[in-house]
Amino acid sequence: MLEAVWLIPALPLAGFLTLIVFGRRLGEPFAGWLATSAVGASFLATLVVFVGLLNEQPEERFFLQRLFTWVPAGSFSVDVGFFVDPLAITMCLFITGVGTLIHLYSVGYMHGDPNFSKFFLYLNAFAASMLLLVLGDNLLLTFLGWEGVGACSYLLISFWFTDESNASAGKKAFVTNRIGDFGFMLATFAVFSQLGSIRYADVLTGQLSSGWATVIVLLFLLGAAGKSAQIPLFVWLPDAMAGPTPVSALIHAATMVTSGVYLLTRLNPVLAQADAWATGLIAWVGVITALVAALAAVVQNDIKKVLAYSTISQLGYLFLAVGVGGYIPAIFHMVTHAFFKALLFLGSGSVIHGLHDEQDMRRMGGLAKLLPITAGTFIIGWLAIAGVPPFSGFWSKDEILLAAWNHPSGGFVLWLLGLITALLTAFYMTRQVILTFFGRTRFFDPTQEEVDIAFAGLVGAAQAEVDKAEAALETARDAVDKAQIDVAKRQQAVNEAAETLSAAQAAVAASSPDADGYDKLVKAVDKADKAVPKAAGNLEKAQAKLVVAEAALSDAEAQVLVAIDAATAAAADTSRVPMVPQHVTAFSERVDVAEFADRLPDSYRSRQEYHPHESPWTMTVPLIALAGLAAVGGGLNLPFTHDLHFLGNWLEPSLFGNEAHGGAGAGTKWVLAIIAITIGLAGVVAAFAVYLRRKADPAVVENPRLGLAIDYDHALARFVGGPGTKLFDRVAWFDRTFIDGAVNGMASAVSGVGERLRVLQPGLIRNYALGISLGTGFVALWFLLRLWEVGS
Amino acid sequence: MNLLAQLEPAPVVVPGIEWSYLWPLIVLSIGAVLLITITSLVPATRRQGFPAAFTAATAIIAFAFLPWMSNRLDDIGGRVLVVDGAMAVDGFTIFVTGVICIAVLLVALLLDDYLRREGLDGPEWYVLMLLSASGGVLLASAEDLILTFVGLEILSIAVYVLAALHLRRSESQEAGFKYFVLGALSSAIFLYGIAMVYGATGSTSLTGINEAIMSVNDAGLSPLRESSMILLGMALLLVGFGFKVSAVPFHVWTPDVYQGAPTPVVAFMASAVKVAGFAGMVRVFVVGFGDLGDDWRPLLAAMAIFTLLVGAFLAVVQTNIKRTLAYSSITHAGFLLVGVHAAGSDSVSTSLLGSKAVLFYMISYTVMIVGTFGVITVVGGRGDGNHTLDAYRGLSRRQPLLAALMAVLLLAQAGIPFTSGFFAKFRVIAAAAEGGQYGLAAAAMVAAVIAAYLYLRVIVAMYLADDVPVTGAASADHADDDHAGGDVAVPAAGAATGSEIRVPPSVLVALVLAVAATLVLGIVPGVIDGALSDGATALSLLRP
Repeated sequence: MLEAVWLIPALPLAGFLTLIVFGRRLGEPFAGWLATSAVGASFLATLVVFVGLLNEQPEERFFLQRLFTWVPAGSFSVDVGFFVDPLAITMCLFITGVGTLIHLYSVGYMHGDPNFSKFFLYLNAFAASMLLLVLGDNLLLTFLGWEGVGACSYLLISFWFTDESNASAGKKAFVTNRIGDFGFMLATFAVFSQLGSIRYADVLTGQLSSGWATVIVLLFLLGAAGKSAQIPLFVWLPDAMAGPTPVSALIHAATMVTSGVYLLTRLNPVLAQADAWATGLIAWVGVITALVAALAAVVQNDIKKVLAYSTISQLGYLFLAVGVGGYIPAIFHMVTHAFFKALLFLGSGSVIHGLHDEQDMRRMGGLAKLLPITAGTFIIGWLAIAGVPPFSGFWSKDEILLAAWNHPSGGFVLWLLGLITALLTAFYMTRQVILTFFGRTRFFDPTQEEVDIAFAGLVGAAQAEVDKAEAALETARDAVDKAQIDVAKRQQAVNEAAETLSAAQAAVAASSPDADGYDKLVKAVDKADKAVPKAAGNLEKAQAKLVVAEAALSDAEAQVLVAIDAATAAAADTSRVPMVPQHVTAFSERVDVAEFADRLPDSYRSRQEYHPHESPWTMTVPLIALAGLAAVGGGLNLPFTHDLHFLGNWLEPSLFGNEAHGGAGAGTKWVLAIIAITIGLAGVVAAFAVYLRRKADPAVVENPRLGLAIDYDHALARFVGGPGTKLFDRVAWFDRTFIDGAVNGMASAVSGVGERLRVLQPGLIRNYALGISLGTGFVALWFLLRLWEVGS
Repeated sequence: MNLLAQLEPAPVVVPGIEWSYLWPLIVLSIGAVLLITITSLVPATRRQGFPAAFTAATAIIAFAFLPWMSNRLDDIGGRVLVVDGAMAVDGFTIFVTGVICIAVLLVALLLDDYLRREGLDGPEWYVLMLLSASGGVLLASAEDLILTFVGLEILSIAVYVLAALHLRRSESQEAGFKYFVLGALSSAIFLYGIAMVYGATGSTSLTGINEAIMSVNDAGLSPLRESSMILLGMALLLVGFGFKVSAVPFHVWTPDVYQGAPTPVVAFMASAVKVAGFAGMVRVFVVGFGDLGDDWRPLLAAMAIFTLLVGAFLAVVQTNIKRTLAYSSITHAGFLLVGVHAAGSDSVSTSLLGSKAVLFYMISYTVMIVGTFGVITVVGGRGDGNHTLDAYRGLSRRQPLLAALMAVLLLAQAGIPFTSGFFAKFRVIAAAAEGGQYGLAAAAMVAAVIAAYLYLRVIVAMYLADDVPVTGAASADHADDDHAGGDVAVPAAGAATGSEIRVPPSVLVALVLAVAATLVLGIVPGVIDGALSDGATALSLLRP
């Protein structure tokens, strides 16, 4: 039965290869079904191997399957083979088990995506790589799987790569992981240099000096910190949420991110040989990451980001456990975490799916009625992670805290920090559940953008009035100008008439009445005399018109002022009304939108007609299955009697007696457990008080200063963007000037030499013959010179 | 009575010929003869499909004998001398024969469509190829310098003709002519070498030569080690082989001939002919002159370095893809020389590693180079003239499958992991390093890096460069071709550039086989470990 082990990674690999060739032709949904059944079959194969191992005696639960020699090179040869032990099979069971459920879920979740089959292609490739990572019988195969899962993670984070931010999130994950991978590679070289082999069979039994063991552990810690998102390399995981939600559940919560912990657990004999401070460092890295990430989770509003920081925090617990020698609690919590965190992620995916891609918790609320199955299963996941007995998370977290307590150096502080993290975990998860599933349904509220658009409409209307008034003003001004010109013209006419009169009168006076034309002159005077009052009358009329126009002008000016006042008032009003407050609590009351409802954009109206819906069965069945596991998963390793330590007893052979056994007595254990339960419930109650009962202002609780982790991320980004860029510019300058110069110089030298040599290739047969003859002469001379050398 | 008794002829000693071990050779030669006979007698069979199918079947039948022979050899110690000790049948022979059969099979698949496209007639292409292949097999198994020479000539003469056989292309005839004249020169040198070796040792058999070299006189000296005659003979033999495998400075013919000869013929020359040449070289030098390694290995190392670097440097500045690959094949020969150098080592482990590296390189190189030239045949279009790098611009959009296959083959030539090329180079370099030849290993790595550039350049052209603009006239011309039929003008090479490239099924089969083998050997290189060990052990068995 053990021989079936090669099937475990081979089946998803076969699925991957089939999808490469036929994926596009299979299309939706068959590509999804094929991928799901490939992983499901792999789960069955794992079960077969599991049963095979169970049939062996505990100390004989090891099996090596060597398929072929991959790199044959003298003393350094690498086989493609599998190393089966309880630890590897435990990993395989939950990777394939949870993996199958998530594949099934994806069939529903990715419905309608244009790249449906490509998604499953990547997903199967991921499963195959992950299983290779776990089962490989040497560090190189593990590294191959390690890189494989990294590549799939990169491809899946930027799956919707047309969005720039998704693509850059993928790149961030890729680059950050490179740093960790560098540690892994150096560690592998160090192992080879010390042991002459990189097979686990040799590494686990090899004797190392404590100095080298410490170096190797630290390098592997760097690798593990990259893959498992620990300080200082955790920054990629929150951004990785840009990928489709099933990817977040499978890769960035349940499986890939735990591979760092797996690696450290796998190498427990090496850890045992290292200096105590190295393992202590693992514990401290873990517990500080746990605390910092839990703090950051409190201030997140994106439903997936909360879970992302939560994942980092829980992985911190796993590192804490490994660091204090609690390998069994680490694996135990890894398994239960895979159950409940996958459940929570898939639940959040179901919410996002049901709400038409809404991820902001401020816009959720009251979904328990609309998505009953999602809500019910999510609540089970919440109880599990919050550490409420008897759900699975309580048992595993409690064991980690106990292991920390038992640690001889600094155990109490580690335990205390772990406990505070537990409090925070209960708090932020309760917050999430309340914001998402309880309270008022805020989904239909207008968004800030929509409100902005509506107010832009209002202000725009007022502005239009202003424009109109200004146009009227302009018209009035024109009328005044015209009237003024008219008046001036009339005035001139009056003057001209007066002049004409006086000229006529002078002519009459100069002439005698007997003279010829005297009558004519008298007539002219009469005429001019009559024209003068006429012109004066016209002038008066024009002046009257001017007065009217001026009055109209001042009227128009007043109107413009009124319109501007109105517009200013409208704009001021917009900025005054707190339509969409930044804080979640302001949503206890629904915002009244009646006043400007007709100005809200279509997106708002179409949302009113959208009905948030429960997800299809392909998505709810995995939720229910995972909820069941998350509820009862604690039964894997109950603390009461030795016989109930199922997982612990099962893993014992893989740990070579390196599991730390603490001195805490039964009484202490009970006290610690009760403290843990109390703390967990305190977190739950506090969150209820703040978010449901409004006993305190959430704005106070969600102090931005809690987001240390986020600040770190931003500081890193600023450094890389600011001084970092300058530094890199320098490096780039150096690279351009010297390295590139050398490379380009080489390239042009290559071309140059090539061009020179080309001259020797003129295409003439006699030249070639000459070349060959010269060559022959040279070869002959060489041999004869040899002879002379030997002879002398 | 006495007189009669004297007249009675003495019984003629007929050398024992173990016919059953010669089946592959027999199948290949009889196949050639049968093919020319059948096609002469039944003109209907001259149509294109038949000779190609016949040739492919011949190659497959010849190949099918190999596992059977290998099993038989296992029972009798892995090695048998046949034809009165003139030929050795062992793991090495079997491996090289297999490689040659594979080359014949793949090239036959390429040749069929090529001849149809070019409007060339005749089964003689296939006949010559089969004959040449039989010469290659002979060369690989020859245990006697006379037979080596015969094999070399059978191998070469057929190829001289093949190179010139595209009767309508003057380049083809020029190529054939150059190849022939220079080949004749090198044959003469080679024969002169044989004569000198014979003069020095009194034997033409490789084991005889070796024994003579090792023989110690009364004074405890081996006079032959310091004989100028044998050294000169060795020098001339090295020149002869160096010409055949295009090692610098005897490579000068390669670019011109590769450029001018019909592309499928180039595929054959680059694969089967080169492999056979190396097989002969390994036999003569590693086995025959193994004991004089101190004399020839330093020179071989120098040749290897020059071959690696000159090939790589000159490949970079070419614009014609056939010429580029000619230089790249010179670089590949350099890698093989590094392997031969290791195989000639005194240390058994290094020698084994070196022989294995050479054999692995032979099979992976043969498959990938035939595949690559297969793609070039297709892209070359009617007239076999479309060989500029520009012809590959945007190929991924016009022919995505063809471009993908070509990309895999080129990556393999560059030695990227998960392809056979990676392990081929890795093994050669590892063998050199094992033998302490770090300079050779470094030169090989530098050459690999420089050569990677030219392969990547083609891949970049295929995937990232813009399409070659298709002029309306060119496509209209082509449409006419398709529909008018009969008496249509052959489109100019330029017109074929932007227009469609036809990938006939037989070529596709060959390409898919080549790519599949390349990937399998890159992912599971262990599958041929058994054959490699048999071949390498056979050589070490022969070593004193």
